[in-house]
Amino acid sequence: MADLTTVRLPRLPGDLRDLPRTSPLRKPLVDGDKALTDVTNDIARPMEGRPTRLWYAGMAISSTMLIIGFAAIGYQVLTGIGTWGLNPTVGWAFDITNFVFWIGIGHAGTLISAVLFLFRQRWRTSVNRSAEAMTLFAVMCAALFPLIHMGRPWLAHWPLPLPNTRGSLWVNWRSPLLWDVFAITTYFIISATFWYIGLLPDFATLRDRFKGLKKRIFGILSFGWTGSSRTWMRYELVYLLLAGLATPLVFSVHTIVSFDFATSVIPGWHTTIFPPYFVAGAIFSGLSMVLTLMLIARKVMRLEDYITRRHVESMCKLIIGTGGIVALAYMTEFFIALYSGNPYERFTFMNRAMGPFAWAYWIMVICNIVTPQLFWSRKLRTNLLVVFIASLFINLGMWFERFTIIVTSLHRDYLPSSWADYTPTSIELLTLMGSFGLFFTLFLVFCRFLPVIAISEVKGVLRYGRSEAPTPKKEVTP
Amino acid sequence: MTSRFVIGTFGDESHLLAATTAVRREDYPIVDVYTPYPVHGIEKAMGLRPSRLTWVCFLAGFIGCMLTLFFQYWTSYLDWPINVGGKPFDSLPAFIPIAFEVTVLFAGLGVVAALFVRCGLWPGKKARPPTPRVTDDQFALVVRLDRADHSAAHLRALLERHDLVEFDERIGEESP
Repeated sequence: MADLTTVRLPRLPGDLRDLPRTSPLRKPLVDGDKALTDVTNDIARPMEGRPTRLWYAGMAISSTMLIIGFAAIGYQVLTGIGTWGLNPTVGWAFDITNFVFWIGIGHAGTLISAVLFLFRQRWRTSVNRSAEAMTLFAVMCAALFPLIHMGRPWLAHWPLPLPNTRGSLWVNWRSPLLWDVFAITTYFIISATFWYIGLLPDFATLRDRFKGLKKRIFGILSFGWTGSSRTWMRYELVYLLLAGLATPLVFSVHTIVSFDFATSVIPGWHTTIFPPYFVAGAIFSGLSMVLTLMLIARKVMRLEDYITRRHVESMCKLIIGTGGIVALAYMTEFFIALYSGNPYERFTFMNRAMGPFAWAYWIMVICNIVTPQLFWSRKLRTNLLVVFIASLFINLGMWFERFTIIVTSLHRDYLPSSWADYTPTSIELLTLMGSFGLFFTLFLVFCRFLPVIAISEVKGVLRYGRSEAPTPKKEVTP
Repeated sequence: MTSRFVIGTFGDESHLLAATTAVRREDYPIVDVYTPYPVHGIEKAMGLRPSRLTWVCFLAGFIGCMLTLFFQYWTSYLDWPINVGGKPFDSLPAFIPIAFEVTVLFAGLGVVAALFVRCGLWPGKKARPPTPRVTDDQFALVVRLDRADHSAAHLRALLERHDLVEFDERIGEESP
């Protein structure tokens, strides 16, 4: 047995070689003994030549969904929101559910790129690029819904504090809906910046690899990047700062989304648990969507060596954690409703679990509380088919969570004479389908034209956990 | 003034780090080191000072925060106060969320803009890497030979001790 004292290397002044700081028990992050140039080749390959048949098939389906969905949106914009199933009692239903669902999905990208970066979780390098792209696309899908909910989307600039001919009549800064406008706009801009900054070195790699038009395009996009260490040093600092800024940002965005509900006086919405509950739920749903997409992408794009079972396992563990918080929130919320002694609060929760929308409530509970428990078993969380199906169930459950929160809190309000039912119309269903079409179309375009894996970041962790990692040579200094 | 430059290329980060340390110890001015991914420890080997971009980030965020708070007060307290649901005109707690968001926005965009300015990166800038493979799988060390006692042959011998892959000498106004 090795003497433990000899393992701890003293930090000599001037000893600058890259000491392996990771435990020898760690497993490599990338399979199949790759050299640096193999990483470039493997990730640039899908961008060369023609896409696969699977890609065309996916594109055909998603763009059809997109076109049908946008036709439905066009119809409802021309006709009015009367095409929806809303009524005076249930004034928020399908569209706000979809909005919160998509914005929640958009939280995992920043979690993976910023929070895991700050926690030095090196496995994030294989998945952060596509998770960030997913974030951007999900936020675009989310932004669509408040826009059409306005009824007159051409007046979408009204929530902005712009000087106007009404006096200037300014926006109401005390409204959580306005906070939402700022939170989501900031989130989109900062996520897009973070994503682009991450892409910059990869654009340079592609510029130096391709010829002709692609070289010129990537030349413009790469901003003249050369890989200079002076630039790298500042770049890494800026990346760290952006991660530090994006982390509180990601928590603030869903906190503010939850304020849309929590600052009202509707039983079922007016609770202080909402901010942490919404943030945990958002990350939970986002991670399951990342898993769904990753498992498809690794097969279609042949990235099995980069997105390994280990990455899937790590994400499953995060899902157990965030799913646990969500489960705790469900129970706390219900307990407090019963324990508070507030009859309206108690009624709302009993109505959720046993009223006309009980089916939605129980879909939510089963999908979100029971499904993640499968991942306690290593056998199940390394079985990719099981993980894929479980991730679909969690996506479904999280959609129903928002539906339950929104619709069941509204449909039976203080005045029994105004109690109402709610059923979505075909226009609403087609709009939801259209948002999925938009999401998958954008994702497929991204897979085809941009590097789906952060090339330079993977190169940086290539030697992680490898036994043949060069141990520092003993240099005799006089 | 034209100078002589020497470009040493390596295939591995540990060789590059050792070579950079050795070159600096021999007092050759290092122009830059080009790598396909950030090599940790290279900034110490090159003797670079830590960047001050953190301050830009802080200042930009601070300006964003102050401007937003000022603007919210100006619009809802001075310019056109409107009574919304009996809430006070001075609603500081309600002004915080947007002030926070704009702080993050200014800090993030400010520090990225500062990075581009400081590193001289802009859309469409023509890149001149010492060898195109530095964005793929090679590591290049660029050294300026500007003193009489600097010799390319000596430097080459020094670099060869650290598994040098290629050695190139160039003369020009600017560094490669």
